[in-house]
Amino acid sequence: MRIQQFLYLFAALILAIGIVSGPVGAQNQAGMSQSDTGSNPTAQAVSEQKLLQELDRIQGRVTIPDRKSGVLQQPEGREYRAFHEGALPWIAGILILGMLLVLAVFYMVRGRIRMDVHSGQKILRFNVLERFTHWMTATAFIVLAITGVNYFFGKRLLMPLIGADAFATWSHWAKLAHNFIAWPFMLGLLLMVVLWIRDNIPDRYDAAWLRAGGGFFNNAHPPAARFNAGQKLVFWSVILGGLAISASGLMMLFPFQFANIAGMQIAQYVHAIAAVVLIAVILGHIYIGTLGMEGAYEAMGTGEVDLAWAKEHHSAWVEGEKVSSASVRPSATPAE
Amino acid sequence: MARMKFLCDADRCIECNACVTACKNEHDVPWGINRRRVVTINDGKPGERSVSMACMHCTDAPCAAVCPVDCFYTTADAVVLHSKDLCIGCGYCFYACPFGAPQYPRVGNFGSRGKMDKCTFCAGGPEPDDTAVEYVKYGANRLAQGKLPLCAEMCSTKSLLAGDGEIIATIYKERVKQRGYGSGAWGWQTAYRETITG
Repeated sequence: MRIQQFLYLFAALILAIGIVSGPVGAQNQAGMSQSDTGSNPTAQAVSEQKLLQELDRIQGRVTIPDRKSGVLQQPEGREYRAFHEGALPWIAGILILGMLLVLAVFYMVRGRIRMDVHSGQKILRFNVLERFTHWMTATAFIVLAITGVNYFFGKRLLMPLIGADAFATWSHWAKLAHNFIAWPFMLGLLLMVVLWIRDNIPDRYDAAWLRAGGGFFNNAHPPAARFNAGQKLVFWSVILGGLAISASGLMMLFPFQFANIAGMQIAQYVHAIAAVVLIAVILGHIYIGTLGMEGAYEAMGTGEVDLAWAKEHHSAWVEGEKVSSASVRPSATPAE
Repeated sequence: MARMKFLCDADRCIECNACVTACKNEHDVPWGINRRRVVTINDGKPGERSVSMACMHCTDAPCAAVCPVDCFYTTADAVVLHSKDLCIGCGYCFYACPFGAPQYPRVGNFGSRGKMDKCTFCAGGPEPDDTAVEYVKYGANRLAQGKLPLCAEMCSTKSLLAGDGEIIATIYKERVKQRGYGSGAWGWQTAYRETITG
């Protein structure tokens, strides 16, 4: 029985120590964290400011299926806004209007580049598949360019003219067109690579052609193969620019499938910049293919060009063609 | 007029998701769309905090700035609303929004989006107040009935506060003073360029 009594005494002693020392310990803790009500449960808590400084973005876990909603805060949305509403309209405006201005000045100074001689003979320059590919891609590009710049120029230029409702209806259809016409554009790019990459690899004529300014500023006709260096630059601009536009565009067609919020914003930057640069390049291409040079349009129009024009502009190509095939034919009934 | 704001006291949020459920139910929000969500940071670690987040109805809202069809407008109570008649579902507002508030129903081909849907601070849309057509597009208009957003009204720990910015800031400051700690008004610096220190 003595052991039981001893245990009772021991338990009472422990209890007494606990009662006396407990509040003292708690007060010490509270004193350290300068709190009136007890221990500080936020001592280890995450701080918004610290998270934003460290990571630039606050991310956590959500219990809903939408994984991307786990991003609680992404202040870089401000940079996206600054690009979309500040930089982009200026970059696009300067590039597009600047190119139009350059072309207008060039036209006034140089005028239309005339064909010096007509041979009366025609040579096939682009076959049906090549012309189909060109015009499919060209039509798609024009639709995409107009519906594309509508995303940031529309509300500034068109909306004040036609009103908010009509502009919203137009923009809705423009968005659908932009999403769907993207596919024939991408198909056109693939076909162009297959059809024309062989003739667009830099060759020995290119350096001399560029040094001579392509004959744009005098009446010289530096020799060139099927495509001269200027045309090769257009080709590679379209292929590389088109690749950037297509890759970033696919990311936007399937939002958040391939990238998170930061990736989606970068895709937009790449898409918009590559697109406005390409629009400027294509404006130059359209000018020289139609108004700027006599005899150039037929190449993509009927597919056949005057032999004399071909000899002037693509001398090395004509040589090769004459040897290899009977693609040269008289354009009208022969005299005899 | 009041300057309406949300304030989530992260030290009180217990991640019960009642605000999410209340919002979905009150506005008949379709499947796949969450106008409000609860994000848990440092889940399972010491210092874990949950924050209930929806549209913060920003001052100088980034969504309104980037919208290509200018479908956003700000009410007299400083609530940021939009017109689903004008919205084309381009998705730009989601890229600009610091809080991931805009939501899009998935319609049609590829990832193409339908008209954007987001928290309205229970204030409906441009249609006449408390009409059926307004309810179908934007959900209930509790503000027009003199009530505050249901998410905050339902909050069991009163973590989520909704109402005039000055009043809820005062309530929060008193709390912080009383209990001696506070992890701050999450999102306020980003949304309103001001914050509350206790």
